[in-house]
Amino acid sequence: MLKVRIIPTLLWKNLGLVKGVGFDSWRRVGTIMPAVKVYNTRQVDELIVVDISATSEERLPDFAEVREFSAECFVPLTVGGGIRELAEIKELLRAGADKVSINSAAYERPTLIEQAAERFGAQCVVASIDASRNPDGSYRCLSRSGSADTGREPGEWAEELERRGAGEILITSVERDGTMTGYDLELIRLVADRVKIPVIASGGAGNYGHLHEALTVGGAAAVAAASIFHFTEQTPLEAKKFLAAQGIPVRNVRVAP
Amino acid sequence: MSVLIIDYGMGNLGSVRRAFEECGADVFISEDPGECRHASHLVLPGVGAFPDGMEALTRGGWLPALKQATAEEKLPLLGICLGMQLLADHGTEGGARAGLGLIPGTVLRLVPDSPQTRIPHVGWNEVHHDGSNPLLAGIPDRADFYFVHSYHFVPGTADATIATTPYCGSFVSVVGHGSVFGTQFHPEKSSRFGFQLIRNFLAL
Repeated sequence: MLKVRIIPTLLWKNLGLVKGVGFDSWRRVGTIMPAVKVYNTRQVDELIVVDISATSEERLPDFAEVREFSAECFVPLTVGGGIRELAEIKELLRAGADKVSINSAAYERPTLIEQAAERFGAQCVVASIDASRNPDGSYRCLSRSGSADTGREPGEWAEELERRGAGEILITSVERDGTMTGYDLELIRLVADRVKIPVIASGGAGNYGHLHEALTVGGAAAVAAASIFHFTEQTPLEAKKFLAAQGIPVRNVRVAP
Repeated sequence: MSVLIIDYGMGNLGSVRRAFEECGADVFISEDPGECRHASHLVLPGVGAFPDGMEALTRGGWLPALKQATAEEKLPLLGICLGMQLLADHGTEGGARAGLGLIPGTVLRLVPDSPQTRIPHVGWNEVHHDGSNPLLAGIPDRADFYFVHSYHFVPGTADATIATTPYCGSFVSVVGHGSVFGTQFHPEKSSRFGFQLIRNFLAL
């Protein structure tokens, strides 16, 4: 049976590992390399590493840094931030990334998704959507780390990304990000119902019950989380034990005798 | 022992190299098919689409080199993910296209067996095997490996199937024919059991 993935997300800014709240108030929580090593030793299901300042600073991904931390990573690694051209995707895959996450560039040039899927295969294209809730309960997509309104609606945009060849959708709630108050289940369900490709829920996980909700109520195929692992004693392994006890298929859990 | 990772412009070469090194191999990456004669083992990685892969291998002059290395010199070859699919006689991704023909078979798209089944098949899933093939020695039946793919290998001969995985019904996740092997999953990204498989391959 296909196992549900629990994916720690590492956000990276100016060579530091950071975590914010609502895409703001960034706190430095360490450096990237030791975090990658620890998660690798613990055999997490997958890792997502995003350089959150590359796009806003108009610079390319830091390939040398990716080469360094990917050398210590023997689980699937998705790298995002600053991708604008196919050349950058090729270079990231050469540097040791297994998949790339594309966000802002997809709004500016949606054909990038098609070209990337054609050239490197749909399976390595993770389309990332940052969504914000409107006062009337509808949602809108933001780009450039939540700073620009794109005029797109997440359900419709997810459908288009799938049609263009994305292999997975990473959906993040801007309001819930870093709050540890739970995923925006409505948002996740909205997106999961619109596409056939796997949807990764992101933004808001604060306890193991939240992960469970994103999978069952939200319909996500995988859950990404950051603060819960940075700022609490909770771990991916304990999360899996919790989910296994609720009947969710997970990997690598030895049930205690 | 000297492992040649075939560089034909496709794939996560960095990841594959690091995993093989971690398993104790001397690794070299080359775009030159002539380098096969310096290798004890060949690895065909691959992330991408079948037609692009075949085109790149053809352009790079790999077809005769791989035929000779495997058929005549019996060098062990491991195809990973797209690299496994390219070993087949035919692919169907983006139209019919001939493959390397190193293992009899055809590559078809996965067909969902329920409305909840998502394609691509992404994540950790079980590999079912009977323990008889040395490539999977020491790996428990139903161990989880990391998959990310939309197509699968349908062997033309029953004895080429080494392991299967329950998704979209069931598909063949490990193939073998003579000295040529393929895994649909990524051993280089499958942590402990992936390393075990790589060490088994190096011992062939």
